[in-house]
Amino acid sequence: MSAEKKTDFHVVNHSLPRRDGRVKVTGKAQYVADLKLIGMAYAKVLRSPYAHAKIISIDKSRAESDPGVHCVVTGYDLEGLNPYYGHAVKDHPLLAIDKVRYAGEPVAAVVAVDERTAFEALELIDVKYEELKAVLTPQEASAKDAPLLHEKKFEAGALRGFEGEVTAGKGTNICQTHKIQWGDVEKAFKEAASVVEGDYYFPMTYAYAMEPYVAVAEVADQDVIIYSSAQHPFMVRHDLKSVFNLPVSSVRLIVPFVGGGYGSKSYTKIEPLVAACSWKAKRPVKLQLTVEEAMLTTRSDDAYTWMRTAVDKNGKIIARQAKIVMNTGAYAENSPLVVEKSTNRCVGPYAIPNVLIENTSLYTNTVPASSYRGFGCAQVTLPGESQIDELAKKIGKDPYEFRLANAAKPGEEFFPGMRPFDGTLKQDLETAAKAIGWGTPLPKGHGRTVAVSGSDAGAYPLTSTAIRVHADGSVTIMTGSTELGQGSHTVLPQIAAEELGVPFEKVRVVSADTAITPYDRSTGASRTTTLMGSAVLEASREAIQQMVVMAADVLKVKVEEIQTVRGGVRCGEAQLNWSEVISKFYALPDGEVIGRAYIRKSGRFSALPVFWEAAATACEISVDEETGKITMEKLATVGDVGLAINPALAEGQDLGAATMGMGIGLFEELVYDGAQLMNGSILDYRLPRFSDLPKEVELHLVQNQDGVGPYGAKGGGEASLNSMAANIANAVDSAVGVRIRQAPLTPERVWRALKEKKVQGSKV
Amino acid sequence: MNLSFQLNGKPWQLDCEPADTLAEVLRNQLNLNGTKVSCEVQVCGACTVLVDNVPVSACTYLAYEARGKNVMTIEGLEKPDGTLHPLQQAFIDEFAFQCGFCTPGMIMAAKALLDDNPKPTRDEIIHHMDGNICRCTGYVPIVAAIERAAESMAREKKS
Repeated sequence: MSAEKKTDFHVVNHSLPRRDGRVKVTGKAQYVADLKLIGMAYAKVLRSPYAHAKIISIDKSRAESDPGVHCVVTGYDLEGLNPYYGHAVKDHPLLAIDKVRYAGEPVAAVVAVDERTAFEALELIDVKYEELKAVLTPQEASAKDAPLLHEKKFEAGALRGFEGEVTAGKGTNICQTHKIQWGDVEKAFKEAASVVEGDYYFPMTYAYAMEPYVAVAEVADQDVIIYSSAQHPFMVRHDLKSVFNLPVSSVRLIVPFVGGGYGSKSYTKIEPLVAACSWKAKRPVKLQLTVEEAMLTTRSDDAYTWMRTAVDKNGKIIARQAKIVMNTGAYAENSPLVVEKSTNRCVGPYAIPNVLIENTSLYTNTVPASSYRGFGCAQVTLPGESQIDELAKKIGKDPYEFRLANAAKPGEEFFPGMRPFDGTLKQDLETAAKAIGWGTPLPKGHGRTVAVSGSDAGAYPLTSTAIRVHADGSVTIMTGSTELGQGSHTVLPQIAAEELGVPFEKVRVVSADTAITPYDRSTGASRTTTLMGSAVLEASREAIQQMVVMAADVLKVKVEEIQTVRGGVRCGEAQLNWSEVISKFYALPDGEVIGRAYIRKSGRFSALPVFWEAAATACEISVDEETGKITMEKLATVGDVGLAINPALAEGQDLGAATMGMGIGLFEELVYDGAQLMNGSILDYRLPRFSDLPKEVELHLVQNQDGVGPYGAKGGGEASLNSMAANIANAVDSAVGVRIRQAPLTPERVWRALKEKKVQGSKV
Repeated sequence: MNLSFQLNGKPWQLDCEPADTLAEVLRNQLNLNGTKVSCEVQVCGACTVLVDNVPVSACTYLAYEARGKNVMTIEGLEKPDGTLHPLQQAFIDEFAFQCGFCTPGMIMAAKALLDDNPKPTRDEIIHHMDGNICRCTGYVPIVAAIERAAESMAREKKS
């Protein structure tokens, strides 16, 4: 589509108000938490107090005889089901079987007439455990005498999202390994003019979707119906079909508005458990987790990275090598793909001729890690973008100029075998530098930085849609994409309205019901605008083709004589809009035309990634040297989005992502003390608030129509997160001369680094 | 126990348990689902409603405490003719939400501010709103929406 640089847009590329605006500001928007079914019961979950323990016995008789309790479900009540699920590795039992692998793991569920009764009955379940030695870090998990978390062998899931094998289940605690290599790294480092090297740590983080995981299941008559806050209903359907051994047509996932996702609601979470509860209780069951329980359900992989980067005498980056060790927690979830992505994302977006990246993720007795906005990119952009600044400083170059000189160029195949780079980093960097006032004087104690991110995004191209054009000229889009807040219910109608020439207001969206809406692999990896957007565009055009044939039939002329105009057709003097074409064709003012599109890994989508997601961020910070506290003075984001279908929404994604990244850079971190999560509540897990917002913010978009999506669009909304932790670390070094290789840069860490610098300074 | 109070301008009477929170009564008994529950520990502000014009966290505020008082929820803001409150309109105009889960609480907290201080400075807005978390937007558009609503409310008052 990039050849087609259309610019005279009627609907697209305009910041139209959100389609879901009115329902969301009036409190009428429906989320799964708001759903009640007739006869619905409520489930509550008993969780393991131990990180690693054998289950000796579970006595549920007292709980089951409690008034108001329908049933208690344990891992031993699942005969007839396949209780293990996982799209990458089927290692996750829907309730613990034989042993528990992390403190907080679901062991039993009570189904009762209401939540309070279910909650109170949890106390009446008597579980006897025999504690086992736990491993809490990848280092412990890879020790020679480390206990094994998983004894079983696992088959790789067909929908794991990458072509390589899975490593899990081969008699060690290794969950996944991945390696990329080109050039001759050893030789390059020997010949290098300058090298930087360091160890970095990126913390475990919690996405805090404000709507905690929630699902309602109705299992009856061999059919499974689940309403869930899932990002990828079709992926969840695949897991459920396997748990219940049912045909695809018997499993239905319905996803209304989702109260935030950020990757944390991608793939299957509580749906198998709530379905098993409904199956046992023989009635609809709702399971609503608390935020504390959500924090025991998914987190991001934390990452230990050793990295070194080399330049030649001309300041050209010639080599990068890294060894990454990731902590995937008790179950694989999507971590195998996170491993692959974080490995790839160590490189970009620089053209480096010699590369060797090795990555290993290990199972530990901690909360399972999975997708988190940016899929492993933030984990490795902290070391990657830190080293760009460290290297620039070492060779006496301006870090902005150094980036400009080394960033991948448009069309460059900087990653062998992957799609040539489809962004314009030079323009991104220039825009960011200008926005942040690069080169202008700074007060003492202030630091200013720019950083970039370029990640292989878009996931796998498998997406379909149906566009129904009604006899009154209004339109319904059937889309499997979920509305998480990213704005798909606004952007997709903009594309259909642009193509069909109908008013935006007359286009409606029906979304994310696997029994009704055509297949869409997932809503993540910034793929919806590019892939579902392309499907909507193509389906609209296919509907037009059909209506041209219908118009010829109606006007009794040859198809070749019909000319399309905006919103209809013309043939000589006769002009018909779509409403007239359809009404005349059916000889009734009713009926419809269905346009379809199937997107697959073919044609312009045959190269992966679907697109390179690129963005630059820039910030100015100040550091209080007394306390170590960082203040965000200014933030600028530059999203390289090809074409913004809705510029305000695209900018909003960038700001939201950068704010999450800022949170990780400044204070977000899940902390384990022994086997227990120490800050597993929003009281203790520090999140960005109003008072943390930067004093000044500038949002920019670069729109060169260079993506494969509609009118040259590409995805956005992750890349602005990825570089923020590095940006803050670089800005601290620039402001007060201390290099911190760990996020978050809490006041204590900055203060300690400053103190150490003083001590070292006095020794000299 | 019997509970009577004013809800969105109308008198209400219902039975509730002593342990019921206001959020539970609103959501489970009255099907007023606009009040969202997230953290349940008075940290996130998603469940903010007004009791006698003061913002409270309905997730921990006992329903019983509302007896005889005037409770306003997000459902009470829209006029019967469908006209949105200036804050609601400003949130749409400024793209001040994405997923929308924090939005009802955000708007109610902002209403309490503007009712008390019709011309807040940016710092006053930030200070007042600090008890409401939004994970999607990065807050900047919410501040802009509150400023825009303050202006349009001032204009409305003049005319």
